[in-house]
Amino acid sequence: MAEVKTQEFWRWPETNWVNPDIDWKNGKLITAGVDVGSVSTQAVIMVDGELYAYGNTRTGSDSPNSARKGMGFALEKSDIKIDNIDYCIGTGYGRVNVPMAQQSITEISCHARGANFMYGPEVRTVMDMGGQDCKAINVDGRGKVLNFIMNDKCAAGTGRGMEVFADLIRVPVWEIGPRSFQISKQPPVISSTCVVFAKSEVVGLLESGMPENEIMAAYCSAMAHRIMELLNRLGVKEKFVITGGIAKNEGVVKRLEKELGIKTAERVWYKKEYIDRKYPFDTQLAGGIGAALFGQALLKMGNAKSARKA
Amino acid sequence: MIVAGIDVGGKNIHIVVKKDGQILGKTTGSTGIKKEEVVGQLYDEVLKKAGLARKDVERVVATGSAAKRVAFANGAIPDVAADAKGVIKLIPSARTVIDVGAEEGRSIKVSPEGKVLDFAINEKCAAGTGTFVEAMSRALEVSVDEMSKISLQSTQTLSINAQCAVFGESEVVSLIHQKTPKRDIARAVMNAIAGRIASVARIVGLEKDVVMVGGMAKNAGFIDSLKKNIEMDVLVPADPDYMGALGAAEAAIAGVYTD
Repeated sequence: MAEVKTQEFWRWPETNWVNPDIDWKNGKLITAGVDVGSVSTQAVIMVDGELYAYGNTRTGSDSPNSARKGMGFALEKSDIKIDNIDYCIGTGYGRVNVPMAQQSITEISCHARGANFMYGPEVRTVMDMGGQDCKAINVDGRGKVLNFIMNDKCAAGTGRGMEVFADLIRVPVWEIGPRSFQISKQPPVISSTCVVFAKSEVVGLLESGMPENEIMAAYCSAMAHRIMELLNRLGVKEKFVITGGIAKNEGVVKRLEKELGIKTAERVWYKKEYIDRKYPFDTQLAGGIGAALFGQALLKMGNAKSARKA
Repeated sequence: MIVAGIDVGGKNIHIVVKKDGQILGKTTGSTGIKKEEVVGQLYDEVLKKAGLARKDVERVVATGSAAKRVAFANGAIPDVAADAKGVIKLIPSARTVIDVGAEEGRSIKVSPEGKVLDFAINEKCAAGTGTFVEAMSRALEVSVDEMSKISLQSTQTLSINAQCAVFGESEVVSLIHQKTPKRDIARAVMNAIAGRIASVARIVGLEKDVVMVGGMAKNAGFIDSLKKNIEMDVLVPADPDYMGALGAAEAAIAGVYTD
């Protein structure tokens, strides 16, 4: 019997990277941040406050194994071992279940700190769009959280909602953004408050013969509208950045910018040498980077002791 | 006088044909995409079974979220009005009507004359609707009827923390992985929905007698959870899913509807 292959349209590619310009053996403080989210897990390793390696993977059925998988993936391309790391901080939804971490810090703080490192000290509002929640965070010039609001009750406006949609419409999740602009007329308005209702509306639109790209445009608009409502409650200040997986979806980001009347900052490193050396810029790393930076600060201030074993 | 009441809801269509207070025929079917066509077909079918033709029907009144799609209707009434009229006709002591359908949950305060005094509605979110139960029954791999039955055999109370149907599904899947008995998960789902709909009902206030209608009223497990949540008895009329159509038919008889 022929094997039936089922394609998982929500499944985005997992990535890892190691910095070719750093020899970790020359580093004084090696810190790690492991961000175990509900949908994705990132492990980031930093050497003296510079990005050294990361692994971005899908969260599995439990937090400890997801953290191990993410860390293993981050270490894969380097000869560094887990025992060479001075301090590790867990963050994200599964932060208390990160076996290699010495302590945990909330993802709100870590995303704020990470966005400050990635996009620079002018950042004032960070929108973290995660797998199962979204948070709008106002920060100061040091990346400290001033205020935040979040939606963790409802799948509308989250990455999971976009994955459900990708699977339904049978289009790989990363193609949805670009294709949502290839339309000849304005898309219909679909439910922005409930993924389940949006799903039945989408089925109706598909059956009525509406072009797929228009439906994608409608879904991206609905999601942008939903996020805008959250941001308006907090108040958006420039420089405005988006972190998390949805930041990669232009279909949502561009429509959100239009609704808000505010541009999001370009998705490039604040550090010029990172741009020149073409280090990959992944918006999903903000939490992990923030956690690793907190580890560095704690060690430097003497508020934590190195747990390095080798 | 022969009249027809047609309820076009989020998921299902219900049609009732009445003559002088006697039901001549009734039918139901999935709404589907081409609502106009489906309504016409179902209507013709039920008339044919009753030995009638369209010209024999004096008045047709539509209701439900897609009432306007019934091109041949003489007029329409809001769904809350249809619920109130239909319920008071069958259960005159009713003062609170809770209607949970596929995509909506509402609670209506009614007068002894069947007038709508106040109502609250959730139509924005699938949590607290029939669609939520369907999603969870898929995750549990049992039918909705089966789910209702096994939920009544539950021996332990656990709670579903997710408010969202999408997140609820992941929570149910992890409970299944933890080898939690299906009956206890089913019960937790019923309790969760009962909690949602009870909070909608509390907005208008709960007054005796509480009558439950809509597709979810046929779910004994849910009714049991609702009774425990609101600590009041809940009456369920026969054919609770036909209540909108029955109410529309009552409006047709009374001649009270908008064109």
